[in-house]
Amino acid sequence: MTATLFQARGIGRMFGDGTKALDRVTMALEEGSVTSLLGPSGCGKSTMLRIIAGLDIATAGNMNWPNGTLETGETGFVFQDATLLPWASVWDNIYLPFRINGTSRAEARDAVEDAIRLVELDGFANHYPRQLSGGMRMRVAVARALATKPRLLLMDEPFAALDEMTRYRLNDDLLRIQQDIGCTILFVTHSVYEAVYLSRHVCVMTKRPGHVIADIPIELPWPREPAMRTSVEFAEGCRVVSDALTGKVPA
Amino acid sequence: MKGPNADWLPPLLIGVGILALWEILTHLFAIPPYVLPGPLLIAKTFWTDAPLLLGSLMVTLEITIAALALAALGGALLAFVMSWARWLERSLLPYAIIAQVTPVVAIAPLIIIWVDDAFAALVVCAWIVAFFPVLANTMAGLKSADPNLRNLFRLYGAKRWQTQAWLEAPSALPYFLTGLRISGGLALIGAVVAEFVAGTGGSATGLAYRILEAGYRLQIPRLFAALLLLSLAGVAIYALLGWLSRWAMEKWGDGRPNL
Repeated sequence: MTATLFQARGIGRMFGDGTKALDRVTMALEEGSVTSLLGPSGCGKSTMLRIIAGLDIATAGNMNWPNGTLETGETGFVFQDATLLPWASVWDNIYLPFRINGTSRAEARDAVEDAIRLVELDGFANHYPRQLSGGMRMRVAVARALATKPRLLLMDEPFAALDEMTRYRLNDDLLRIQQDIGCTILFVTHSVYEAVYLSRHVCVMTKRPGHVIADIPIELPWPREPAMRTSVEFAEGCRVVSDALTGKVPA
Repeated sequence: MKGPNADWLPPLLIGVGILALWEILTHLFAIPPYVLPGPLLIAKTFWTDAPLLLGSLMVTLEITIAALALAALGGALLAFVMSWARWLERSLLPYAIIAQVTPVVAIAPLIIIWVDDAFAALVVCAWIVAFFPVLANTMAGLKSADPNLRNLFRLYGAKRWQTQAWLEAPSALPYFLTGLRISGGLALIGAVVAEFVAGTGGSATGLAYRILEAGYRLQIPRLFAALLLLSLAGVAIYALLGWLSRWAMEKWGDGRPNL
């Protein structure tokens, strides 16, 4: 039904001092889906994300891109902090990927302004990061990641530092954007609720060394709506994922 | 004690009090002016000798400014070069440190012999004293860039020069400016020390030479006046660089004067 964008088999990451961050991680991303990587702090979720992004290397296993590897700009990355250039305006921050690949400001204008509109930051193009709230800064980071029209968006606990209300809003906006542009998202989080709400699949990881112990499909209908957060199906999804996380075998 | 005057009023009062006490004590104990002149006499000498002293100050300031400009340029450039490769840093830094830790009074005579032009010789001496804070601070600043921003540049395939120009250099700016403020004071000290060493050579007419000369001739009030001028110059340089820092941070930094 859906094409596979990315497949990892038996990925391992051993550091120079012999510590194993990842051990035989196997997972797949379906084109156009949202998948969460869920696990406790220090289980190697971020390392896995960095390996997929090409920012780190796997010391074992193999990775597969059935429809071709992604080119520069086809992968977007959102870090836990907004990670903006503090001396650059919102516009210039979003323009950064274009600036790096040599696109002029005039050529990039439409893409940058579309991204600003997508994250609902109209009117803030000339603001500086210090003038924005934490949630708005994160929107800029998301806009920057989306501006190059990536096929894969990697997000490393992007909303973990925000208050719950802001996080809910950003979750809903992220899903709306994902429906709009149809990119594939791999979302790292340590929140069961966030993982279940956002994802078609939740990959549950254990600690030391990091290993995917369960790949749980979430049976909530699409598009997700805020009311589902209190539904019985949502609670059931959270129970199954929590059980997997605490080591009980999923039903 | 809250109000616009609260900041500068207490130090001013203390300063005035000390000066008054000083003046009274010199009269009370009849201290001769060639040992310790009173503040009023110093002020009078300051006024009458002003043309002579200001002329000398200009000479010293020219050396200081030239040395500081070269320190800013040389220190920053050297820091950039060292950041290109680990081996460059390892090969160059030891010599920068040697130049920094060797007392300038000890090498100034050599430099004055080697460099024909008296002005250039003094600038070189002051530069040796002044460049290191800019170098060390800029080096730290270049390394201070957010690791995740580095990752982001890598993700988008940035070339080395792009990361350096658009990430590392702006990150280093506040560090560089802090270094520059330290170097400002050191450049003045370096210029004065070099003038002291070269002073009796006859060509120099800087403020340090005036201090030496006044000391030999027991013109102690003039010595104090020259000293006062030197301190004022140092404070002015520091304040000017502080203002420059704030201006630069607003223009090219993250807009927040962090100094």
